[in-house]
Amino acid sequence: MAAPTRPTPARRAAIVGGNRIPFARSNSAYAQASNQDMLTATIDGLVARFGLQGKQLGEVVAGAVLKHARDFNLTRESVLGSRLSATTPAYDVQQACGTGLEAAILVANKIALGQIESGIAGGVDTTSDAPLAVSDDLRRVLIGLNNAKTVQDRLKALGRIRPGMIAPEIPRNAEPRTGLAMGEHAAITAKEWQIGREEQDELAVASHRNMAAAYDRGFFDDLVTPFLGLSRDNNLRPESSVEKLATLKPVFGRGEGATMTAGNSTPLTDGASTVLLGSDEWAAENGLPVLAHLVDAQTAAVDYVHGGEGLLMAPVYAMPVMLARNGLSLQDFDFYEIHEAFASTVLSSLKAWEDEDFCKTRLGLDRPLGSIDRSKLNVNGSSLAAGHPFAATGGRIVAQLAKQLHEAGPGKRGLISVCAAGGQGVVAILES
Amino acid sequence: MSDWYRDFANSGFGTTITRNLGLPRPAVLRRYEPGQPLLPGPAVVGSAGEGRLRDAVTELLRAEGVHVQSPVTADGATDGEKPAAVILDATGLRTPADLASAHDFLSPAVKRLRATGRVLILADPPSDAASPAQAAARQALDGLVRSIAKELRNGSTANLVHVPEGAEGSIASPVRFFLSGRSAYVDGQVMSVAAADIPAAADDERPLAGKVAVVTGAARGIGAAIAKVMARDGAHVVAVDIPAAGDTLAEVANEIGGTALQLDITADDAPQRLIEHLRERHGGADVVVHNAGITRDKLLVNMDAARWNSVMAVNLQAQLDITQALLDAEGVLKPDARVVCVSSQSGIAGNRGQTNYAASKAGVIGMVRAWAPTFAERGATINAVAPGFIVTEMTAKMPFGTREVGSRINSLQQGGLPVDVAETIAWLSQPGSAGVNGQTVRVCGQSMLGA
Repeated sequence: MAAPTRPTPARRAAIVGGNRIPFARSNSAYAQASNQDMLTATIDGLVARFGLQGKQLGEVVAGAVLKHARDFNLTRESVLGSRLSATTPAYDVQQACGTGLEAAILVANKIALGQIESGIAGGVDTTSDAPLAVSDDLRRVLIGLNNAKTVQDRLKALGRIRPGMIAPEIPRNAEPRTGLAMGEHAAITAKEWQIGREEQDELAVASHRNMAAAYDRGFFDDLVTPFLGLSRDNNLRPESSVEKLATLKPVFGRGEGATMTAGNSTPLTDGASTVLLGSDEWAAENGLPVLAHLVDAQTAAVDYVHGGEGLLMAPVYAMPVMLARNGLSLQDFDFYEIHEAFASTVLSSLKAWEDEDFCKTRLGLDRPLGSIDRSKLNVNGSSLAAGHPFAATGGRIVAQLAKQLHEAGPGKRGLISVCAAGGQGVVAILES
Repeated sequence: MSDWYRDFANSGFGTTITRNLGLPRPAVLRRYEPGQPLLPGPAVVGSAGEGRLRDAVTELLRAEGVHVQSPVTADGATDGEKPAAVILDATGLRTPADLASAHDFLSPAVKRLRATGRVLILADPPSDAASPAQAAARQALDGLVRSIAKELRNGSTANLVHVPEGAEGSIASPVRFFLSGRSAYVDGQVMSVAAADIPAAADDERPLAGKVAVVTGAARGIGAAIAKVMARDGAHVVAVDIPAAGDTLAEVANEIGGTALQLDITADDAPQRLIEHLRERHGGADVVVHNAGITRDKLLVNMDAARWNSVMAVNLQAQLDITQALLDAEGVLKPDARVVCVSSQSGIAGNRGQTNYAASKAGVIGMVRAWAPTFAERGATINAVAPGFIVTEMTAKMPFGTREVGSRINSLQQGGLPVDVAETIAWLSQPGSAGVNGQTVRVCGQSMLGA
């Protein structure tokens, strides 16, 4: 899988900063908030932070994984409800949990090409205000009722309703092609890579502790804006410990080898995030800082249905392609942000990159990518602590990593890896 | 938060009732709005003895488009419209006997003063007097102006400005302020100006145009009002508040086209973070308003260390630390910077259950006085504002009786509004206010507390 060297782009998009609302566990603080409420508030927080009131930006790109029919133009509607100029164009994207990062890549690419000078990338999701659908049978009856012209026709249509049709279809966090929950897929992978319970719990505890410490030292002061009475992620458990997590019963996988619990898996979460990007010139003209630049990105997909690969393993495949294109090794980074959909996902990815046989046969490499310095991994906490509102996670990570890199000084490099439903993955490189 | 009693007292039926029962009759104050003339009517300018400011004041008023009448004389001879302002130049006072001429001028003029009028006396400070008799005459004006303020009705105010020899060039800004609607709730006060380099008059409508103003505690109440007035006057406002108040802070910033900075000002690295932010984003600051404050009330005998320490940390120590850091940081605080610190009436009068709060707010007064010479050397100023009873969300939660009494025991017989505090702070922040330094201006409607 020899990747061609990358042509040097004319310019790199700058990451100016970000804003998100605290993430909230499903059916808690944001139970009554819609995707549009959350995304609008998050854009407005970004506007306030960077003084963008009334400004026309190049583009706003965002998306949600779980959407109501009314959310068809979610991002544009959110822009119209925000303090940005109404002449700022917007569009929606959706790539499951990769949505937020993909949105940032799209904005960055247009900036790099000189098509726009500035833009906001974002994502939002609610599992509390989730769209309920009626069954296909009932839907057909109701459409018939709507089309009926006479009272008789209407009564006839209504007469076709059967009690069994009434139950709503609740969206499930499951793969349509396998019927398995994402956690069940992750459990299969965890078993395959022999990921132990304790190392998963340790990763989870580190995530909580790192994020709590980051909040305490004010790291999130310019990354988060409170919303509906919440000023920190309500999934965050600073007092979490391996001992406490060890008492939890496994929820994914079966029998002896089941290791995945509610403690080392992300819960369903509500939230939204945004990232402000621009050209260096635009940032300078507006007196705005440049935290980091988006250097490169890569997506990949795996055949988890028939191909014998794990659902969440696609980033593992995307990584060597991107590294080769940039002439970098896996060790050439100061920070690693590997999205913690499940602790086992992070650990499986790391193990796969260390595995000679896997790297040779599956990734087509001469030698394994090797191991990383774990002290550089998710240093200010990740999804196990913050929670994971699907489309909002990418924006959280990009802004958080950009700030980390900026704090560390110029010339620092950070790596992002995000797995997504449908067997997809997105990876990216940021540099300060 | 409307003043129901004031509205009632100004209604037809309410006027009859309150007049017959001898109840307080609070007026609707004249508050500043952009585009408003300095005064709603003519002004009368007089002097006691050979004053040296009368001509300058007359010229200033004429430049503002104010018609200046000749003094109203005791025999009732009048000249056209009722005056909206009565200004006495008392810099000619030599002995108490000269005060008779002050009386002769003021008595008939004040009698004809229209509603929401202004009485302003300009005099030399007693401390500079050549003789005890002159000091006595000058000090007498204190009692005079404070009593006039108490006698005035219908939202009119009376104030005294001390103008030492050589500070004549500094009077335009205070004179404009005390005559305008910006000083609606400043009453019965005595303050001083000093000699300073006064920049050429800026745009009256936007005196803070092009300035960067930091306002702490900007998410709500008085802080939000300060941010709004600063923005109205042309400043770019950096609105600061604790991260937990970030959502309302963002709303304030968005409303006024400012920027929000979530920062706990008591954090060890807060001064450094503020400085870095100002440097990176705004190239420095022209105005800093230390407004953030908290209360943790308890009687002294029941007050724990946490209550004491948290109030001191926010209300006093943070102001000291941030100001010192700004002074030390190269090129962040502009040479002609304005720092305004929010003190409180409690810091002057004391308040039961507020030993911590009153101590912190009194400390602020000492701080600005001590820092004034350092600031003057740079061409900058540092002042304090001490609000009295200001109607906010906080006072809305007070018991009805306490609130009513608290809001009426002042010469204007009503509580002030956050905007009144904001107007005073915005005035102190103006380039033209360079001569006002080390002062504590009370915005209290001449409250009886600590007067």
